[in-house]
Amino acid sequence: MKIVVLMKQVPDTWGDRRLDTSTGWVDRASSDPVIDEINERALEAALTVAESAKDAEVVVMTMAPGDVSESLKKALAMGCDSAVHICDDSLAGADAGLTAAVIAAAVRAQDADLVFAGNESTDGRGGLVPAMIAEYLGLPHLGTLGDIVVDGSTVRGVRRIDGGTQAVHASLPAVISVNESNPDARFPSFKGIMGAKKKPVVTLALADLDVTAPAGRSAVLSTTVRPARSAGTVVTDDGTAAEQLADFLVSNRLV
Amino acid sequence: MTTVLALVELTESGALASGAASTLAAAAKIGNPIAIVVASPGKGKNVAADLGALGAAQVVVAESSTVATALVTPSVDALDAAIDAHKADAVFLPNSGDGREIAGRLAVRRRTTVLVDAVDVAKGKNVLIATHSVFGGGFTTTSEITGGIPIVTVRQGAAADRPVAGKPTVSTVAVESTSSSGVIDSTETLASDSTRPELRGAERVVSGGRGLGSAEKFALVEQLADTLGAAVGASRAAVDAGFVAPSLQVGQTGVTVSPQLYVALGISGAIQHRAGMQTADTIVAINKDPDAAIFQVSDFGIVGDVFTVVPQLIAAIEAKR
Repeated sequence: MKIVVLMKQVPDTWGDRRLDTSTGWVDRASSDPVIDEINERALEAALTVAESAKDAEVVVMTMAPGDVSESLKKALAMGCDSAVHICDDSLAGADAGLTAAVIAAAVRAQDADLVFAGNESTDGRGGLVPAMIAEYLGLPHLGTLGDIVVDGSTVRGVRRIDGGTQAVHASLPAVISVNESNPDARFPSFKGIMGAKKKPVVTLALADLDVTAPAGRSAVLSTTVRPARSAGTVVTDDGTAAEQLADFLVSNRLV
Repeated sequence: MTTVLALVELTESGALASGAASTLAAAAKIGNPIAIVVASPGKGKNVAADLGALGAAQVVVAESSTVATALVTPSVDALDAAIDAHKADAVFLPNSGDGREIAGRLAVRRRTTVLVDAVDVAKGKNVLIATHSVFGGGFTTTSEITGGIPIVTVRQGAAADRPVAGKPTVSTVAVESTSSSGVIDSTETLASDSTRPELRGAERVVSGGRGLGSAEKFALVEQLADTLGAAVGASRAAVDAGFVAPSLQVGQTGVTVSPQLYVALGISGAIQHRAGMQTADTIVAINKDPDAAIFQVSDFGIVGDVFTVVPQLIAAIEAKR
C-alpha cells in the first residue's frame, strides 16, 4: 500500500501572524514556520495505518516556497519513507484551485492508494484543497475524519459534521482529510532522526508535473489591517446596561 | 439580470440548516437568487415557503436517490447541472463542512476556484467581490475570481441585509449522480445537551472567570451561551478553581479562539487570557471591577454584577427576537 500525506508549513499560531498588505498573501517571513498541527495528526494517522499494513510506503508531500527541509526532516524522522517538495517561483500566491491542481498532478504520479490531508490549515482555513484533489483524481473523499481504520481495500471512519457525526466508508484509492480528534503526533526516535538523513527528498518544479490548471483564478484586491484594539464603550450598570448591550448586539447582528 | 444559485442545506430532520439565511442574503445582493435544495425524492418541497421568507425568488428541488448515502457528490452534480440549466453567473454555498467540500469539487469541475468564507459580498466587474476576515479579524481582504464562474462560500451568520420575502416558484428536477464518492453508513445527531458548538472554531464564545464563584454558578455562563448559540469557554483562573474542565480553557496555554463574538463574564483579562481571544471580531465584557484589564480590549463593557446583568441580558435578547 502506498500512502501520500500532504503537509503544509504555516506560521506558528503562537506568534503574531501577518498578511503582506501589498499582496494579500501570508507574510511568511514575520513568523516561525511549523508543520501545521492538523498535518502532524494526518502524519500520525497515516503512519499508524502503514504500521498495520503489509509493505506500506509513506510519502510526505508539500508544496511551498523556499526552505521546508526542517519540516520534511521531522516527517521523515517520524517514519515517512520519502519526501516530495513541489517548489516553483511561478506558484507564488497560488489559490486553492491551482494548489489542488498541482498537488493532484504530483499525487497522480505517485499512484497512491490513500491520500491523507488535514481538514483545514490554521492559516488559510479554507478547507477546500483535499476535496478539490479528490475531484481532480476522480476519487472518493472522506472529509473531517476521525477513528480511521483501513480494512483490506476499504477505509472507514467517523466524520464530524455540523451538529453530529457520520459513519462513512470508501473504497481505495481514496482521499481523506483528518480532524482534530486524531491522536497527537509521535515524537521522532533517535533512530528515526538519524535515519531521516538518508531518506530521499525529491524536489519538483511545475515543469516536472502534468498540471491542468483551472481557467478561473482568485485574486486579492485589497488587504487592510485591523487597527490595534482599543477600548470601546464601557457603561456602569444602572439597571439599563443589559438592555443597552442587547441593542449593541442586535445592531451589530450578533444575535 | 444576474442569476445566482444558492445551495441550501437541510438538517437530518429535513428543516433548513442554519447557513441558509446568510447564503441567500449574500446571493440576493448580487442577483436573482435561485435556491437549490438537494433532497431524497418527495422530500425538500416543504422548505419552499421558508426559502421564500429568506428571499429566494425561485426554488429548485433537485431530487437524488443517493443523497442519503453518497457523500457530498449529489449536491455537486445538482449544482453543476443547475449552472447550465439556469445560465447562472455565480454560485453561493454555506461555509459549512459539506458546503466547502461541495464548492471545492464544483470548482474543479467548472475549471474555476472558490472565494471561501465570505463575510460580505458586493457587485463587481467580474460579477462580484467578496470580503473576508483573516486571522481572526486582524486583517480584512477583498477578492474576486477572474476567468471563471465565481463560487463563494458564505460564513454562517455573516452580516448581510435580509432580502425581501416573497412567494417563490417551485420546480423539481432529477439528479443523475455517477460520481465516485464516499458512502454514508449512518448519521448521528448529537443529543440536545451537547449541540453546543465546539470551542475551537466556534463563531460565538461565552467564557466565565473566577468571578462566577463556583462550579454551580458557572451554569450562568452556559445559559447565556445557549441563548446566543455559543460555545462555552473559561479563563485559567476558573479552570484552576475547578469550575470547569481544562479543555474549556481559553488563553495562551489553552485554546486560542477567534470568534465573531466573545463574551467575557467575570474575567479580569490577564495577558494569558487575552492572548487567546483578543482577535475576536467583537468583545463584550461584564465585570464588577472597573479597572479590569478586559475593558481595555472590549468593544462593549459593563461594570456590574454578572448575576444581575446576565439574566436581564438573556431576557432582553429573547424579547428582541
